[in-house]
Formats: sequence, structure tokens, C-alpha cells
Amino acid sequence: MATSAAKASSGVATRGKTTASAAKAEKPAKAATGKVNGATKTAGPKPFSREEDLVAYREMLLIRRFEEKAGQLYGMGLIGGFCHLYIGQEAVVVGMQMATKTGDQVITGYRDHGHMLACGMDANGVMAELTGRRGGYSRGKGGSMHMFSREKHFYGGHGIVGAQVALGTGLGFANWYRSNGSVSLAYFGDGAANQGQVYESFNMAELWSLPVVYIIENNRYAMGTAVSRASAQTDFSKRGVSFNIPGEQVDGMDVQAVREAGLRAIEHARAGKGPYILEMQTYRYRGHSMSDPAKYRSKDEVEKMRSERDPIEQVRERLLGKHKIAEDEIKKIDAEVRRIVNESAEFATVDPEPDVSELWTDITL
Amino acid sequence: MPIDVLMPALSPTMESGTLAKWLKKEGDRIKSGDVIAEIETDKATMEVEAVDEGILAKILIGDGTENVAVNTRIAIIAGEGEDASAAASGPAPAVAAAPAPAAAPAATVPAAPRTEIPAYDATSEVPAGTEMVKMTVREALRDAMAEEMRRDADVFVMGEEVAEYQGAYKVTQGLLQEFGNRRVIDTPITEHGFAGVGVGAALAGLKPIVEFMTFNFAMQAIDHIINSAAKTLYMSGGQLGCPIVFRGPNGAAARVAAQHSQDYAAWYSQIPGLKVIQPYTAADAKGLLKAAIRDPNPIIFLENEILYGQSFDVPKGDDFVLPIGKARVARVGHHVTLVSFGIGMTYAMKAAEALAGEGIEAEVIDLRTIRPMDVATVVRSIQKTNRCVAIEEGWPQSGVTAEIGMKIMEEAFDYLDAPVARVTGKDVPMPYAANLEKLALPNVGEVVAAAKAVLYR
Repeated sequence: MATSAAKASSGVATRGKTTASAAKAEKPAKAATGKVNGATKTAGPKPFSREEDLVAYREMLLIRRFEEKAGQLYGMGLIGGFCHLYIGQEAVVVGMQMATKTGDQVITGYRDHGHMLACGMDANGVMAELTGRRGGYSRGKGGSMHMFSREKHFYGGHGIVGAQVALGTGLGFANWYRSNGSVSLAYFGDGAANQGQVYESFNMAELWSLPVVYIIENNRYAMGTAVSRASAQTDFSKRGVSFNIPGEQVDGMDVQAVREAGLRAIEHARAGKGPYILEMQTYRYRGHSMSDPAKYRSKDEVEKMRSERDPIEQVRERLLGKHKIAEDEIKKIDAEVRRIVNESAEFATVDPEPDVSELWTDITL
Repeated sequence: MPIDVLMPALSPTMESGTLAKWLKKEGDRIKSGDVIAEIETDKATMEVEAVDEGILAKILIGDGTENVAVNTRIAIIAGEGEDASAAASGPAPAVAAAPAPAAAPAATVPAAPRTEIPAYDATSEVPAGTEMVKMTVREALRDAMAEEMRRDADVFVMGEEVAEYQGAYKVTQGLLQEFGNRRVIDTPITEHGFAGVGVGAALAGLKPIVEFMTFNFAMQAIDHIINSAAKTLYMSGGQLGCPIVFRGPNGAAARVAAQHSQDYAAWYSQIPGLKVIQPYTAADAKGLLKAAIRDPNPIIFLENEILYGQSFDVPKGDDFVLPIGKARVARVGHHVTLVSFGIGMTYAMKAAEALAGEGIEAEVIDLRTIRPMDVATVVRSIQKTNRCVAIEEGWPQSGVTAEIGMKIMEEAFDYLDAPVARVTGKDVPMPYAANLEKLALPNVGEVVAAAKAVLYR
């Protein structure tokens, strides 16, 4: 009794909610819309305009070509250590970025090159960081998993699975503290979704109505472990149910569906209604990292996704068909993307390694 | 220009492999992402995907070839609009690919940079004539936070029971009433989570004070303290600082047994990127906590439950800020140097008193900050006394006193007339029984005995 009295008068109850009980009663009602917590999907996303499809195509293709080039540079020994490619998952981050406003923060785990490019970070700087050169975003001291850009509101780049969820909640906390209207987008995988701190974060985010969107990129495998072998609840949109956080399953291979769900989730968070969970059902074509032979799945499974569900091919078909864009126009985009990627590879190859004095810099301010 | 396909490395350690099988044949059209061949290493069979587009003009290394070195040309692709046969028969480019940068001969660098530290004199910290107020360590810490929160709207406090309950140890007393629930935030019992939330807020530019009810519980959060807070500035090439203070009681309290009685000074002091402070007096607690809150780096601020209630003189006013990383000579002497910090100072000061009764004048140094450690002040004292005893409540192995001993070896060996001695907590989990707990902690007698031993008395 003493506890509930303390709760009602605590600061928590006043943060964006009239009373705790009223706010909580409101949430489950949303299930009736059929959109939340893994219930039936909507009829189909609003189709993209010609311009939107062109943007989506270019952005996704840039990530695809960049990652292929990174894989090649890895094969040549120019990139060391771990290198986790985003090929296949491009629609997730590109669709989400199409739903954000300037100032919204992005944070993710180690499979992060695509997120950086989608946030508008420079391909040269990202590729040069992969090769450990002084022109890299972290001046060669972070590598594939650790890049940041305050200017582009990209907060990493984190190598400890799940850490970005609590950190991203902290970014949302800062938005709430400053009442700046920004929303934090915290990306993590189906594997990270089993970490304890994810639920600690969910609890605080909902308790304090923090503006955070949790994007679970379910690519079906946590390294080599299939979702069904690691998760008691494989519907990740329901992972916030016990905290009353609404969630949706989204076709993460369809950039239109991603953008539409993203708009809904971000609007919810920006309106002060608290966090939102989007389970993006996606697929990575490559292994977990460059040295993963991917024996845990069949070639047919990969080939089926690539040939039937490819996010870039879906948009390309719309450009050629529905939008009646000439193949030559698309080839121009392809050539431009290839030029950016080749230049980044060239820069990342010729740019010098960091000066040895860099060993001792940036330890403390 | 024809494009060379090279034998790829699939791990940083792979030097060669077997080209098991071609999945495309000469003349085939190839697009980005097509699997063109399979290669075998000692660990696995991997697929080689094409990065470029065109016609597979020529296969240079056939199926089943073993020991193909990484970066060997294995095929040629004719690009868009090129004649495949010409590409295949054309001269090989002089260099197939830009090789990875040859590892430069490893330059020899010291394990830590040595900088000449100017002599520091803590006696000037409180100018003569300053009005002093008697207050407890608890009150000094509270005042430090309140003053800094008045000064900077980005500073806030979060932790378990810090707001409505007024602090589990009453250190945050009155803060909720003055600053409201946006700046004084009760968290759920979720150390890993709220440490991460605090770090995230700090990366976004806020200045959180994260209170751990005790540092024992911070072990749940240590990943965020070390991997997220301490390393991000370096990993971001200097872009993203983390201005955060993690504070709370640390070390043994009284009769709370093994899981609630541990000194973490040595743990955190090993981490580059962190600053670690462990004050003894109320004045140092106040001046250093204010400095910690203003500092742009992640700070570990280790308090002590037993010291919370002890009273000391503290300069009056809200502008008393002390430098981080500077030791204080707490008692001047010339026979032997006693070095300690935090609650360890209680043993050192009492031992110095006892030694004085026997005609031995001990100089007592309070490190105050463990990292960066003010070795210069210790060395200066040893140059005078030629003898040293280091004291801590923590465990002996890899402890702070072990570090002090090594630093003295490196920087003051020639001044020593006796090996450095140390008095530490015993190498056991803290027992509950009153008699055993007393044995497990250092005591004044042990410090006196160690001082006499290094004096050969």
C-alpha cells in the first residue's frame, strides 16, 4: 500500500501521463486496431511516389555496392578484424530514415555500415575507417564496429551485443530531458533481443514515456543460431507486451512497409506516448561476418530470398514498370553509386595510416 | 578495362586456400553478388561472390588447385561493352592489386607516456583566513551536487532511491525538493540498464550523476562503465566524450559480508579513459565531486559508508573545487612515508599518531585520486624519507598498493633504503562474523609494524 501511494505521487506519474493507471489502461486498447503486438498485418503500405522510389533505390544500392566493395577489400587483406555486412537488410535502415526528421538519433550494433551511409555519413570516411586510415570517421581507431558522427546524429557502432539498446534509451532520455522533440532509433538484432538489458531499457522507456523506437532487425539468425533455437517467443513484436509497449511485425524486405511502420512508430514516440517496437523481418545474404561459411542454412533458402524478396529489386521493378523510368536512367544511378563506392575504396587504400602519435590521443579530454 | 578477380582472404589469418570449384564458366554473364566459385580453407568452404559485372572472360586458376595464395589473380572479367576475348588475351596488369599496407616495424613506445608533473602543493588549496564549516562527508557530497546542479541545468542525478527516499544513505537528501523529478530520478532496480541510459544521455551531451546504492551492484553495470563510457572517446577518434559521474559507497561497511564488502579502486583504476577518485575528508569529497561533475570524462567516484557520518572542516561557499589527480600531504614527517586513500587514510593517520609517540615522524600522503595517480608527490616524499608503506582496504593481488610499489620502483628506486611495504585487506572474501571481519581488514597495528619494519626498528 505504501508502495502504490509513493508511486502515485512520484515524479514518474507526471511525466507525460496523467496517472499511471489511466495511461496503462489506454495502451492495450490499441490491439483492437489490428496493428500491434504481432496481430494481423495491414492491407499494404502506401505506395511510394516516383521520387520516393528513386531515393530508396539509390540509398539501398549505395549500401549494397558499398558492402560488396568492403567484402572485396576484406578479401584483399585491406580490412582487418571483424567485418559484418548488411547485404539483404538495406530496406530496413533506408525505410526508417525516410520516416525520420533531422535531429532524430540513430544507434546500432556492429552491423553498422548501412546505418552510417543511410544517416548521410560520407562513404570515404566510412571506408577509410574500415581500412584503419587517418581519414576514417574515428581516425582509424575504431574500425568496422566503432564509428560515430555527432553531426549526422549517429551514435555508433557498438560491439557489445545489446549495449546499444540501453544507450539508445539514454539518447531518448536526453531528448525527453531537453524536450527537444527528437526521437531516438535503437536498432538491434534478434540475437540481441535476448539480452537482459533490453528489457531493463524497455521498462524504463515505457515507465518514463521516453521517445525511443526499438527496431529489431530479425534476420533469422543470431550468428549461426536460428531464431527458433534461441527464442521462446519468436514474435519479437510481442517482446514489449509485459511493459505495455506496442509492437508490430513489418516486412523488412519492403522499403514501403518499413517507411510506413516507421512513420507510425516515430509519431507515437514523438507525441510523448513512449517507446514503440518494430520487428523488421529481414534477411542477411552473407554470413554473420566475413569468416562465416553459413553452414546453418541451405543455399536454397538464401537463393529464394535473393531472387524473390530482394529489397532493391522490388524497387527497381517499380521504377521500370509503374514509374516508367528508362533503363538508361537507372543505369546512370548505378554508375553514380559505383563511382562513389570506387572512390571510397580508392581513398581508403591510399589514405595513410594514423600517425603514431595517435596512439596516445583521445583517451581523456 | 578488364577486371581481375583475386583469391580472397576470408579471415585475417588466411594466407592461402584451395580453389575447389568454379560455378561459372568462361563466357558466362556475371552480376554483382553472383557466386562464382567455392574456395576451401583449413576451416571451411566459402563462396566467392562477384563484386563487378561483365563477362567471365578467362579462368586463370582451375578447379581443385591447392595452395592458391591470397590476392592471386584467379580470373578476368570483361567489363560492360568490352570484348571478352581481347580482355582474356590482353596483357596482365603489372600489379594485380594494391597490397595491404606492410606492417611497419613495430615502433617501441612506453606502456604509458611519461610526463614531467610539476610539483603540487595542496596546502594552497584553502587560502589562509578561509572560513571553515564543520560538516559530514555526507553533507559535503550533497552540497557538491546541489551547487553543481544550480550552476548547470544539464546536470541531473539518477539511481535507486535517490529522490523520494532521499537516498539509501541520505546523500541526495533534499535534492528532489529543490530540483524536481526531472533532475532527480528514481530508477527501478536495474543497474545495467540505468548505467547504459546514463551513458547514452552523456553521449548526447547531458551530465549525469549516476548513483549506485553501492558499488557492489555496479558489477551488473560494469560493461557500460568500461566498454561504453570509458572507451567511446578513443573509439570515436575524439568525437564523442562521455561526461558522467558514477558515484556511491564502495568497500567494506560493517557486517554486511562478502557480496557487499569490496573495494573497486583497483578494478576501475586499470581502465584508460576513466578517472578514479576516492576521497577521505569532507573537504576533498566536496571539492573533488564538484570537479568530477565539471570534468568532461567518465569518473568513478568511490565513497565509503563508514566515512559518510564523519565530520571535517570544509571551506565555506560554493566555489571550492579541487584538481583531480593531485595528492595531498595530510601530515608532514621525515622518517617514513605512508601512502593511502579513502578509508585507508584512517589507519594511516592513526598509525602516524602512534608512531609519533615513539619518536617516528611519518609523512602521510592521501592520494585522493587513484587514476591518474599523483606519483610525483609520493616520489618527492620518498626522496625525503627513503621509506614507504602503502595502505588500502582492497585485496593485495593487483591492488592499488601493488601499483604504488611498482611506480616507486620505476621512479624512486635509488632513493629507497628499504623495500616498499604494504598493508591491505586480507586475501579472502569478507567474512560476516565480527571477529573474522576485523581480522580481514587492515588495522593500525599492522601499519605501525610495517612502518617500523621499513625503518628496521
